[in-house]
Amino acid sequence: MSETTLVVSSSPHIRSRESIQSIMGNVLIALAPATFAAIYFFKLQAFLIILVSVLSAVVSEALWQKLTGQRVTVNDLSAVVTGVLLAFNLPSSVPLWIPVVGSAFAIIIVKQFFGGMGQNFMNPALAARAFLLASWPSIMTNWAADGVTAATTSATSSATVDAASSATVLGILKSGGGNLPALWDLFIGNVGGCIGETSALALLIGGAYLVYKKVITINIPASYIGTVFLLTWILGRDGTLFTGKPVYEIFAGGLMLGAIFMATDYSSSPITPLGQIIMGVGCGIMTTVIRIYGGYPEGVSYSILFMNLFVPLIDKFTIPEAFGGKKK
Amino acid sequence: MKILTFKKGVHPPQNKYLTQNMAIEYLLPEGDLVFPMSQHVGTPCEPIVKKGDKVLLGQRIGEPKDAVSVPIHSSVSGIVKDVIPYLVPGGNKVLSVIIENDKQYEKCEGLAPRKDYHNLSKQELTSIIRDAGVVGMGGATFPTHIKLTPPADEKIDSIIVNGAECEPYITSDYRVMLEETDRVVQGLKIVLYMFPNAKGYIGIEDNKKKAIEAMRNAVKNEPNIEVKVLKTKYPQGGEKQLIYAITGRKVPEGAIPAKIGCIVQNVETMVAIERSVLRGRPLMRRIVTVTGGAIQNPKVFNVRLGTSFRELINAAGGFKEEPVKIISGGPMMGIAISSIDVPVVKSTSSIVCMTAKEAALPEENVCIRCGKCVNACPMNLVPTEMNRAVVKGDYERFEKLHGMDCIECGCCSYVCPSKRYLVQSFRTAKKIIMDNRRNRGEHNV
Repeated sequence: MSETTLVVSSSPHIRSRESIQSIMGNVLIALAPATFAAIYFFKLQAFLIILVSVLSAVVSEALWQKLTGQRVTVNDLSAVVTGVLLAFNLPSSVPLWIPVVGSAFAIIIVKQFFGGMGQNFMNPALAARAFLLASWPSIMTNWAADGVTAATTSATSSATVDAASSATVLGILKSGGGNLPALWDLFIGNVGGCIGETSALALLIGGAYLVYKKVITINIPASYIGTVFLLTWILGRDGTLFTGKPVYEIFAGGLMLGAIFMATDYSSSPITPLGQIIMGVGCGIMTTVIRIYGGYPEGVSYSILFMNLFVPLIDKFTIPEAFGGKKK
Repeated sequence: MKILTFKKGVHPPQNKYLTQNMAIEYLLPEGDLVFPMSQHVGTPCEPIVKKGDKVLLGQRIGEPKDAVSVPIHSSVSGIVKDVIPYLVPGGNKVLSVIIENDKQYEKCEGLAPRKDYHNLSKQELTSIIRDAGVVGMGGATFPTHIKLTPPADEKIDSIIVNGAECEPYITSDYRVMLEETDRVVQGLKIVLYMFPNAKGYIGIEDNKKKAIEAMRNAVKNEPNIEVKVLKTKYPQGGEKQLIYAITGRKVPEGAIPAKIGCIVQNVETMVAIERSVLRGRPLMRRIVTVTGGAIQNPKVFNVRLGTSFRELINAAGGFKEEPVKIISGGPMMGIAISSIDVPVVKSTSSIVCMTAKEAALPEENVCIRCGKCVNACPMNLVPTEMNRAVVKGDYERFEKLHGMDCIECGCCSYVCPSKRYLVQSFRTAKKIIMDNRRNRGEHNV
């Protein structure tokens, strides 16, 4: 044995097998059910949007890192996750240049400009969606219902009208007019909306997988969804207390997608359990306020982006006491 | 049956199968023996023998210089070859007495066994234990007699024997609990005699079923001793974690366990106490697990202190594969050594020889803020924030984040998917902060 080859370093000398790549891989697995649901309900268009979004996210990251002389880290799969999440936040009717612009914005402006992996203070996919919504509002709110068979597709309920403009469940809840779809259709995702947000079932399966694999804890999703459930039930839509439809509220719109996959984004959410609960409750309050009293029917994206800004502050004030506590 | 534990922690692969069914082998040294004068926390000893002196087995060769340190004894008879600085497992050179073994094992006077200890006072027992050079054998090497003399106002009601052995690979304590069961119990009974108001607990992780069974059998007729089953989780054997698991009490920041009525001693320390009190033997041996993927025949040895690592590795069949890293102690908290020509000292619980496949030498990546370190830290700290403070050189913030409470168990670095050197940075920060305090002339540091 040549003893000069012995490595001397500080303990621990063993490390878990988990890596950034394996975590992002698990997030992609968790996104798979919702991806299948998106393709099932929104057909080829959904598939194309997801594909284009992922490709442009990966290419944007690789190009940017090459141009700026950094190590290219697209192998860690985080850009793929951002691409899928951005696609999930788009209506199925968008032209394919929308995900290209959106992904480039998410990766280069929101993620890389602020230091890359782990440094972005906002969720890249959501910030990109907000950017797209502000820039091309009509394209971004054209809720085509290709393939969706439930009654939300139009007032006349002609179920299979191609690319018909339709009211979303939240739109109906807000205006008070129109017929709500059956709860089951809402739960499985047979309603209009962004391609990845409609199937609560698929998203919940993904969320359960993430919690089981310890990629995320249940803190943010549970406190977020719980807060929306309670507040919408208590406040009600028509000004009378305890008249809300909380079950519809939590399955409708982007809440499941936002609470499970967006608000839990590592770099833009708090690090301590207490901080995570504060984040979830804060998002829940904002979402409810926007939905009931705001100008938009949906408030998930803005709520999360808004709470993202408070994360450094939340982290600062939620440092727990060490085990054992102060010397008595 | 209730399985006790603490909050958070990690589950590294145990790899204890390599040696857990191997009975302890008695190994006599062939070459020279090396006795570093610093084998305990506290002031180093002063050598009281010189080159050319004849020494006997059990003879005191290092004299403690203050009340906190303990003496060092020769584990063989022979001639002092030299007194020089020598490389120790810690990586530094320490003034050491080198003894050429004459293989006669000629005992020095006064090593007579004692039939009974009940006629001795607590003070007499404490000085016997101190004079025998007994220190915490779990790795911390804190002098045992100090732990056994807590401040007068602390009411001790729990004596906890640490048989958790939560470090992967090591099976030394496990084998001791199986093969020297009665001695462990006897050692505990001696300590309980010193603390008549205390109850004895033996904490063992539930992956050591046979040890639990053996210990339970041995204390059947001891109403004052109870075996407690612990969850197999790292760092279950951490002092604060063990106390919490067994008594539900938390050691406050900066306090010693005696503050909340507890004294924790390792399994092998109990045997050392039994040997010193009942058999008049100073601390001259220890149990060492020689294991790891690079070792031909992993084994557990009963060796004399001062024996070279090289001899132990050879006795285990040498290397079957080139080791990349050799660790004195366990893989979570042990020290990587640069040479195998170092002596077994009082803290050497194992020698783990790791292959390239076993030893993790990862490249550090950026923090992705996943929070896994936060959910792993058994001290409820926020490692990622502490690491940020250290990287920025902001030691004030490190202290504000309770960084000085870090027990350096390594859970944070173990779980980190970005393979960041978290605990490593905390060690550096703690040392710098301690040095600064010392430089400012603060006491009690």
